[in-house]
Amino acid sequence: MNELYRLATGPLLWAAFAVFVGGSLYRLLELFLLARRRERFLFTYFSLRYGLRSIAHWVVPFAATNWRRHPALTAVTFAFHLCLLLTPIFLLAHIVLWEEAWNVSWPALPDDWAIGMSFVVIGGCLFFFARRRVVPEVAYVTSASDYGILLLTAAPFVTGVIAYLQWFDVRLFTVLHVLSGEAMLVAVPFTRIRHMLFAPLTRAYMGSEFGAVRHARDW
Amino acid sequence: MTGSKTPPPAKTVDEGLERGIAGLTEERIRRIIRRVLAGETGARLKAYVDTCIHCGLCSEACHFFLSRDRDPAYSPVGKVKQTLWEILRRDGRVSPDFIKEARIIASTHCNLCKRCAMYCPFGIDVAYLMLVVRRICHLLGVTPLYIQDTAHSHAATLNQMWVKDDEWIDTLMWQEEEARGEIPDLRIPLEKEGADILYSVIGPEPKFQAQLIYQAAVILHVAGVDWTMPATPGWDNSDMAMFVGDNELMGRLKRAHFETAARLRVNRIVMGECGHAFRSVYDVGNRWLGWSMPPIPIVHAIDFYHELLEEGRIRVARRFEEPVTLHDPCNVVRGGGLHEKARAVIRRTCAQLIEMEPNREHNYCCCAGGGVINCGPPYKKHRVESNRVKAEQIAAAKLKGAKVVITPCHNCHSGIEDIIHHYELGVETRFLGDILYQVMEKP
Amino acid sequence: MNRFTDGSWNPAIFDLPLSSWRERFLGVEEIQASPSGDAAAAIVRLGQEGFTVCVNGETWPEPYEKLWHLRYAPDGRLVALGSREGEWTVVVNGVAWENRFSFVWNPLFSDEGGRIAVAFQQDMAYGMAVDDVPWEESFPNLTHPLLSPDGASCAAVVQTEPLNEGDIFKYRQGIYTAAVGGRPWERRFMNAWSPAFRPDGGSLAAAVRLGPSDYTIAVDATPWEETFACVWDPLFHPQRRTVLAPVRRGGSWWLAEDGRILWDRPFVQLWQQRVSADGKRIAAVVAPSFGRWTVAVDGRPWKADAGEMVSDPCFSPDGGRLAARFKEAGRWTVAVDGRVWNQRRGMVFSPVFSPDGSRVCVRFKDKGRFGYLLDDRPWELAAEAAWDPVFSPDGDRLLLRSLEQGVFRRRVLPLADFGKV
Ligand code: SF4
Ligand code: SF4
Repeated sequence: MNELYRLATGPLLWAAFAVFVGGSLYRLLELFLLARRRERFLFTYFSLRYGLRSIAHWVVPFAATNWRRHPALTAVTFAFHLCLLLTPIFLLAHIVLWEEAWNVSWPALPDDWAIGMSFVVIGGCLFFFARRRVVPEVAYVTSASDYGILLLTAAPFVTGVIAYLQWFDVRLFTVLHVLSGEAMLVAVPFTRIRHMLFAPLTRAYMGSEFGAVRHARDW
Repeated sequence: MTGSKTPPPAKTVDEGLERGIAGLTEERIRRIIRRVLAGETGARLKAYVDTCIHCGLCSEACHFFLSRDRDPAYSPVGKVKQTLWEILRRDGRVSPDFIKEARIIASTHCNLCKRCAMYCPFGIDVAYLMLVVRRICHLLGVTPLYIQDTAHSHAATLNQMWVKDDEWIDTLMWQEEEARGEIPDLRIPLEKEGADILYSVIGPEPKFQAQLIYQAAVILHVAGVDWTMPATPGWDNSDMAMFVGDNELMGRLKRAHFETAARLRVNRIVMGECGHAFRSVYDVGNRWLGWSMPPIPIVHAIDFYHELLEEGRIRVARRFEEPVTLHDPCNVVRGGGLHEKARAVIRRTCAQLIEMEPNREHNYCCCAGGGVINCGPPYKKHRVESNRVKAEQIAAAKLKGAKVVITPCHNCHSGIEDIIHHYELGVETRFLGDILYQVMEKP
Repeated sequence: MNRFTDGSWNPAIFDLPLSSWRERFLGVEEIQASPSGDAAAAIVRLGQEGFTVCVNGETWPEPYEKLWHLRYAPDGRLVALGSREGEWTVVVNGVAWENRFSFVWNPLFSDEGGRIAVAFQQDMAYGMAVDDVPWEESFPNLTHPLLSPDGASCAAVVQTEPLNEGDIFKYRQGIYTAAVGGRPWERRFMNAWSPAFRPDGGSLAAAVRLGPSDYTIAVDATPWEETFACVWDPLFHPQRRTVLAPVRRGGSWWLAEDGRILWDRPFVQLWQQRVSADGKRIAAVVAPSFGRWTVAVDGRPWKADAGEMVSDPCFSPDGGRLAARFKEAGRWTVAVDGRVWNQRRGMVFSPVFSPDGSRVCVRFKDKGRFGYLLDDRPWELAAEAAWDPVFSPDGDRLLLRSLEQGVFRRRVLPLADFGKV
């Protein structure tokens, strides 16, 4: 188990980060080159001002009409994404690892908070899962991969919480936590989790077209 | 295509589709699909397909979905699932029957209104994805008969309605003559090189609604505009080629239109009240030709009436009494931001405006646009049934007192008329030009 | 005809006041200036009798119920289309053709103006007539009427069989082709557009569509072997007797000659190809990148470009120089040999070269007033109307025709006096 732990927090972690960063950059570059090769005209219409204007309306909860139409979903979506991004970055245990490896550190979240936020993420996954089962128009377009993504996302948080609370075999769940976290990182460029990379671009493009050409709002 | 609550629309018999798929082989389908995916699409398709998180949030944007009791097969993403996702998943190995169904979905279950792009958190452009499907079907020769016939007319005559070169001129002379009964020195100046404005219309105007040309001539004459109309093809700004997926033909039409304006050395093109034509000349056809914006500015009638009223070139004698409501046409509102100007024109010309809800960019489409109405009678019932929400909007406005629905777009006009008739709403439709013509001061 | 000028190239100004026309007639339509500037004419409205044409103050002998499309032919004859008792014909210098038709339109003149052609419809059958001689064969429809430069032949795209609306299947089999002198080509196409004659009139090319997405050029009914995603208008090379046409392949536009790619690079757009009179150089309007336009000569685009529109490239008579209209930020100007003029106006018309190509003059319109630019130097005439400048054969003088304060003015001036009088 120690062997595995060392492997997971050592070479595998490096590899996961490398794949995450490299893969993400590759995806973005690939998209950029594709646009340059086949749809060069897209760049003509990209407008920083209107792109940001649109993004701003969509990253603020309830700023867009459709967010207001779905208050519960909106609340969960924003809480989920916020916690999903912040928890791993500001978790004390993670910062310690960064400090050991790179001698860098930053303020950490109190552990209670981190646990709470992890529950928010897990709750969010359950909410999305339920939505996929219950809401017909969501169920209609849901495929196995969508559940897979939810599972991938929930796994590091579930295992992390279990390990922290020392419910079962701590060492086992710590290793599982690390591995599932790595799996999620690796998955970013290769599954639809890459909406996290592309969303700002698609939103900004639509915002540019609506703002600069169509003189209309898109939120 | 499972999970849909309502059965697919009663099997339409459309010879264009039936005979179109008759000669298709799976091998050819795959070849054409690959050609389109590899040669004509790129970053947008990839980003849209990869980014879509299957959340269904676009559903409530779509009047089809709302009008059909939230049938998921009619949600924007549901339409993508049934068409493009399948094509991608099967790497183009789809059957002729699949192509037929995909054509029906892409061409008659979506108006390309882009409302969903305002409801998808990522701004995914389902209308664009439906256009990709239409493009594939066009190259496979599978197109609803009525709209294909229209596209054929475009190709043969450079107008939408088989109007022959002489019939066009004759109609203009006839309308000039008619209008002279009212204003003796009125002219429809043909081929006047160096005029300030070229006035352009869509094919159905000379064919069925010549009085609209009469009204426009009166408005332009009274406003003292230096204007002209061509006596050659290129006068028609409409474009069904864009909607069947025949981009090359679209390019030919738009080139003819802009070069006609350039030949006549005009400064601007003012177009009648048409939405799809505005889209075609403003940000679709011109782009295919390499013009990032229209080479000669295009002024939609709403914008032009607004200008004439603001500058005092047209004065209102007596405002239109009956309370009106306004249908915002997608292509000039979501597509051109003319919603406030339309309201300004109405405030000046009408006594009372009763808003529909939702309105402006959030309007519901008329369900006729995107070439859907042009697919003809086989799809009419489905079309009007797919816009119950519009009927409800109009009914609500009527409850508040509205008697007239102003629809400053040809497609909307016809679509809304069908809806009013089908749902027995008992209100009238008018163009903005009808109102302006009626209330303006005339010599 | 009331002569008010001496008709010569001697520097002078001659005025023809037109204000009285407004009093004499119920309406005066657009003034037309004769090529030599010694006549001005307009369709004028009489009372009950209808319309006639007034030339230098004298009217045509007979009125018409309706007259339209008044134009001067290059040889100075004045041509209009007129109707009487519901029938239409061509009226030349006040004399109507013998033939009457249900409708006539699109009058065409040969380069020297010696011949006049027109498209006609007679009892729903379509054809063309040249100098009062109609085609023997007529068609269910006719588009793109065309007269050869020497006037010897005329052609059009014709529909060869009737078609019921909605019959998309028959359409696809091909019912369109080109007809020369009334005789349709043997072969039919799904569509045919933009026919072009060889300068000697001996051969005709047209853009054709063989199937929904197969385009090519047909020359005397024979399509090129190569097909393309799209093609634009063909043009005969006057010396090589080949056909040049923009063709689309791989999402870009190329210039092709007899079906083979001629220029070594493609463009986002390519059209309006022109060949210099000596046949040595070929130019076209191109978009080297999306939304940027310029002119390419022998495949090399000019460095200067414009974002809105570039059009009407034209070579000087000796082929040595090249000009085109450029539009940027809503303003038009002229570019000559890759150099864009500084003067910009709301509209510039077609650039005109002096016979030796050394000077370029163009008419402009700005805020409703006309003037001229000579080699980028403006002359703000503030005229209500003006016509294209004409250089004298020796290139020393300019003939300018304008309408200023209701007076038609013919000016002949030495180039040195440009802007002074
Ligand atoms: S009809 Fe409009 S809202 Fe519905 S899918 Fe098409 S573009 Fe989207
Ligand atoms: S809202 Fe956007 S991301 Fe969600 S299903 Fe619709 S298209 Fe996909």
